[in-house]
Amino acid sequence: MDFSYSEEQQMLQESVQKFVMQKYDFYTRDDIIKTEAGYSTENWTMFAELGWLTVPFSEEDGGFGGNAVDLMVMMEEFGKGMLVEPYLSAAVMGGTLVADLGTEEQKSALIPQIMEGGLITAVAYAEQGSRFNPLNVKTSAAAEGGDVVLNGAKVAVLGAPNAQILIVSARDSGAQTDAEGISLYLVEAAAPGVAITPFTTIDGRKSGDVTLTDVRVPASARLGAAGGAAEALSAVIDRATLAAAAEAVGAMDSLLAKTVEYSKTRKQFGTAIGTFQALQHRMADMFIQCQLARSIVVRAAMILDGDDDAATKAKAVSSAKSRVGKSIRLVGQEAVQIHGGIGVTDELDVGHLFKRVTALDLMFGNAEYHLQRFASL
Amino acid sequence: MNADFTAEELAFQSEVREFLANEFPAELKNKVDNRIRLSKEEIVRWQKILHKKGWMAPNWPQEYGGTGWTPTQKYIFSTEMGLMGAPEPTPFGVTMVAPVIMAYGTEEQKQRFLPDILESNVWWCQGYSEPNAGSDLASLKTMAVRDGDHYVVNGNKTWNTYGQYADWIFCLVRTDNSVKKQEGISFLLIDMKTPGITLKPIVLLDGHAEVNEVFFDDVRVPAENLIGEENKGWTYAKVLLTHERTNIAGVPRGKRRLASLKRIAAETDDGFGGTMAENADFKAQLAEVEIELQALEYAELRTLAALSVGKAPGPESSILKIVGTELAQKMDEMTVELAGYNCLPFVPEQFEEGFEGEQMGPGSSAAAAINYFNNRKLSIFGGSNEVQRNIISKAVLGL
Repeated sequence: MDFSYSEEQQMLQESVQKFVMQKYDFYTRDDIIKTEAGYSTENWTMFAELGWLTVPFSEEDGGFGGNAVDLMVMMEEFGKGMLVEPYLSAAVMGGTLVADLGTEEQKSALIPQIMEGGLITAVAYAEQGSRFNPLNVKTSAAAEGGDVVLNGAKVAVLGAPNAQILIVSARDSGAQTDAEGISLYLVEAAAPGVAITPFTTIDGRKSGDVTLTDVRVPASARLGAAGGAAEALSAVIDRATLAAAAEAVGAMDSLLAKTVEYSKTRKQFGTAIGTFQALQHRMADMFIQCQLARSIVVRAAMILDGDDDAATKAKAVSSAKSRVGKSIRLVGQEAVQIHGGIGVTDELDVGHLFKRVTALDLMFGNAEYHLQRFASL
Repeated sequence: MNADFTAEELAFQSEVREFLANEFPAELKNKVDNRIRLSKEEIVRWQKILHKKGWMAPNWPQEYGGTGWTPTQKYIFSTEMGLMGAPEPTPFGVTMVAPVIMAYGTEEQKQRFLPDILESNVWWCQGYSEPNAGSDLASLKTMAVRDGDHYVVNGNKTWNTYGQYADWIFCLVRTDNSVKKQEGISFLLIDMKTPGITLKPIVLLDGHAEVNEVFFDDVRVPAENLIGEENKGWTYAKVLLTHERTNIAGVPRGKRRLASLKRIAAETDDGFGGTMAENADFKAQLAEVEIELQALEYAELRTLAALSVGKAPGPESSILKIVGTELAQKMDEMTVELAGYNCLPFVPEQFEEGFEGEQMGPGSSAAAAINYFNNRKLSIFGGSNEVQRNIISKAVLGL
């Protein structure tokens, strides 16, 4: 039993910490959000130079060969900085799908570009009626000659406005919620028939709704076997779910630290409000929630890196995401409450951390969804 | 990063399992499974079995008859004990007073008291709390006045667990009234047979008197029974309170209880033609408890891993106490929910030694409510959960 980070993991952690400290203060981040792209291409180039974009890829694919614990280590630090760059959607989700399902040809065409920072992908899987079930797919894929014609609408496609390639889930066959019959297609974001309605999320990221109207792609644009993408898609979403949970753990640590600090300096009734037991106990509860969240994320990361079957891994991820969601609400709400009025203003980072963790609770399924999924697995 | 045991640790785990399977008496296991109280004789019998194997005192140094186990071995041992339902030795002797005697007692005191603790020949109880000194323990008032070779003790202690079984009591007594309250306290060992000591049982909500008030009326205690220096007792007691306690979170016990809750739920009608295992709300509660146990288990393993590399047990263990007890109480609540009307009969005598009648109510339902009531103590004793939150806010958050 060993819960310490390896030397490589410590270096990874330090490099992200250093970046957040030096390049990602709250005001710089705010400026980045206000740009049209909504992320910093300069930062993205730096991510490539620092090797962060290679972490999700295996050594055979030319990557760092990062495991779930490595990802957890990075995401925690990203969470503290409330990163808006599309690391999770492009490098982790898009990249892993290409690596897991792509042919040698697809991989060699795309993976080096992704790792070098020249290509951004986004995964379009959620639909208006699918809620958190990634296997509920209405978007259709119809074979026409050597081509496939896609029709449908995707929602909340994280990173879509920044992406050159969308990885779109569509149904070749089967009923709307069947696992069988789902395929993934590489679709140029600029292709005819693709319309992206961009928006900035509550936590400052770029996202978008995507409609596909008679979008024609060659059959060779399919990732993996026809109708057989459900397993890989689910596994990638599980990995992203763990990453989101780890990101929340980092953000919650910041929320707690900032709240404790504030309570030591803010004076009312002639004394620091942190001397009031009513508030001390609430901060103690925040600490407990942070520790339980961290513990269950560590558990899930270890299980993802182990030899268990897919169902056990999925269950561990749902357990973590559900538990973290519970922590998010308490820590986020209490941080704002203990800050008082300033906590609900746009000018202080605490409110933005609250918005980030709230979005993270939702992403890939909230606490309630994952509790149900846990119970059903 | 990995949560795996080494080959040696796995071999040790098998050894513990085999030992418990063979040596934990079936009639005791049956009682534990049915949540029936064990008698003093049964507890002592089990502790003597542990001692025979050399496993009575995992927390003691080897020179005193401890096991010399690593923190991970201790964890494995208490985990297997919990999964089997085998009770840990009563803590008052082996876990509470013994470390103080080892750290601060004289050579003579060590030889006089430690072997009998190890062999379960002497039953110890605790004399800390008083009617007006609970969470604020340092304000205790029981006086010990030096008179020649003796201390004369007057006052009363309360919440004394199983004093009716005890041969000896370790007490915090006031030996100086003129200084700061923490600085006038001494640590005194008292023979329960000494004239002037009387016990008054306190019946708890489950109808059982597991605790007592202890009255001291001019009790003459030989001065040689003082541990360490006079007026240093508070320091010693604090060491005792923070002394490493394995399995404080109660995860293995929690796992057993969860399994039993699932079993009972599947056997309990929901009143609408199905079972409580199919009830959506109850299912969600079960899932939440299972997830909480996983989080707690890894919080404990993370603490253990820190211990294994030589870090001192920090105030983080307060988390384990708070979360562990609240989770145990949640499961008590769910047992009551499952029992429905069947937990209403209040027949405490059916859980007492020697009861031979038919138990009221099906399955575990008869014990559901009384355990729920009794276990409200969990978040109160051992430093109430509010005191634990004070510890976290001061020692961890620096508030």
